[in-house]
Amino acid sequence: MKNNKYAISTIPVILVAFLMVLIFGCTSNESKLEKSEIKKIQVANDVNTKIEKPGEYAVEPPPFSDGIYPCTECHKDLVPNPVKRKLVDMHDDISDMFNHDKENRWCTDCHDLKNRDSLKLANGSLLSFKESYKLCGQCHGDKLRDWKVGVHGKRKGYWNGKKEYLLCVNCHNPHSPRFKELTPEPPPVRQEDIK
Amino acid sequence: MEKENSRRSFLKNISLATFTTLAVSGCNMKAIDEFLQQNFRTLSQGEKDEIVKNLEAKYKEKYEKDTHVSDKPAMEGVLFGYALDLSRCIGCRRCVYACVKENNQSRDPQIQWIQVLQMEKEKGIDYAHSTVHYNPEKVPEQGHFYVPVACQQCRNPQCTKVCPAKATWQEPDGIVVVDYNWCIGCRYCMAACPYGARHFNWGEPNLPVEELNTEMHYLGNRPRTKGVVEKCTFCVQRTREGKYPACVEICPVGARKFGNLLDPNSEVRYILENKRVLVLKEELNTQPKFYYFFGI
Repeated sequence: MKNNKYAISTIPVILVAFLMVLIFGCTSNESKLEKSEIKKIQVANDVNTKIEKPGEYAVEPPPFSDGIYPCTECHKDLVPNPVKRKLVDMHDDISDMFNHDKENRWCTDCHDLKNRDSLKLANGSLLSFKESYKLCGQCHGDKLRDWKVGVHGKRKGYWNGKKEYLLCVNCHNPHSPRFKELTPEPPPVRQEDIK
Repeated sequence: MEKENSRRSFLKNISLATFTTLAVSGCNMKAIDEFLQQNFRTLSQGEKDEIVKNLEAKYKEKYEKDTHVSDKPAMEGVLFGYALDLSRCIGCRRCVYACVKENNQSRDPQIQWIQVLQMEKEKGIDYAHSTVHYNPEKVPEQGHFYVPVACQQCRNPQCTKVCPAKATWQEPDGIVVVDYNWCIGCRYCMAACPYGARHFNWGEPNLPVEELNTEMHYLGNRPRTKGVVEKCTFCVQRTREGKYPACVEICPVGARKFGNLLDPNSEVRYILENKRVLVLKEELNTQPKFYYFFGI
């Protein structure tokens, strides 16, 4: 240090330079970024988007068995029988496997007695099979709330665009909703089994 | 000195001979180009397109199928997040095999990017007593729950920090990717990953040609070679086109959810705000973007 004739001025210069770096180097550009980030999100999500009317969901068609719909094909000629009973003629297979609050409900609690092509809400109003989720949602409101945002059940489509919902009945048999067990796919090979 | 610089002249002759042979043999320029390829992140779009075209030609020759290798960059304003419903997963492993098919993983030696752990409900999340080799007649087994684990795409990834070749990095949309041409196969990243999510090609990968997925991405599901590390890329070839990853689409119980964390209307954001969410090995501060939640 003795030999350096600039010793006195070097240290303050270094300090000043350090302070300048701190002051000017550490400003954040957050406010500028936010606006451009928001615009980018909007752009990313406008791809493939079609605005749905509130309350209407693009759904898969209901999984009818062949020839079962429209119900009025047979039922326009039959006299409605409101008595709670086990069905033995047609639909006896459904009556046999029925397991959805069996003690308290039977067919006409969901299916309208007079208009067989429609389902029925608790207040008596009719409902198309395509909107059957509203019927399920009467009792299973929390599941309906989650289904609407896509957290319960499945949606097909694009994560940044148009989605098609699967109806409740596409996965759950409405007459016996509990899932059956599946056979699992094979496990990974064990190290000791590799030749 | 008296030997007339024999060593020098030997070297000169040898190098001349090599270069002439190479030039004359009309050598495989593509192989040399591939060997001398720079780190993917430093390449211009034109160079990437060139590389991708060469790859398509190579795969056409090898598999006799027309492939499409994409080099599409990350979309702006997107950060991918994943949510998995632990109360719904039944451990059927359909996601494992959908992933294997979609991402062209080697069948023999077997590589599976998704590992499904079976744990006991009484013990909770307990890695020491979990198993991937469960094989009952039917799932779910009584008293057990299932945790599928794949790359957690951490926000603070340890694997990218330890790579000596800088062959793995995190893309702007949050996916941690590997450049298979740059990976030297040292497996430091495998040691660094706390989730065991990275897999190494110990042998030459074997894929059945009829099951080859021809829609590929350079950083994703293009066929790998022996000696490179691979892992889940959130199906980068699908998600950058707006589609869901293969595992999300195949899940028969709808346990898997995927979306953009920066979009306040996405499923993943709803889950983070309204459900009981947990991440694996939280104490390691890797900050995964793979969230496990309880839907019920």
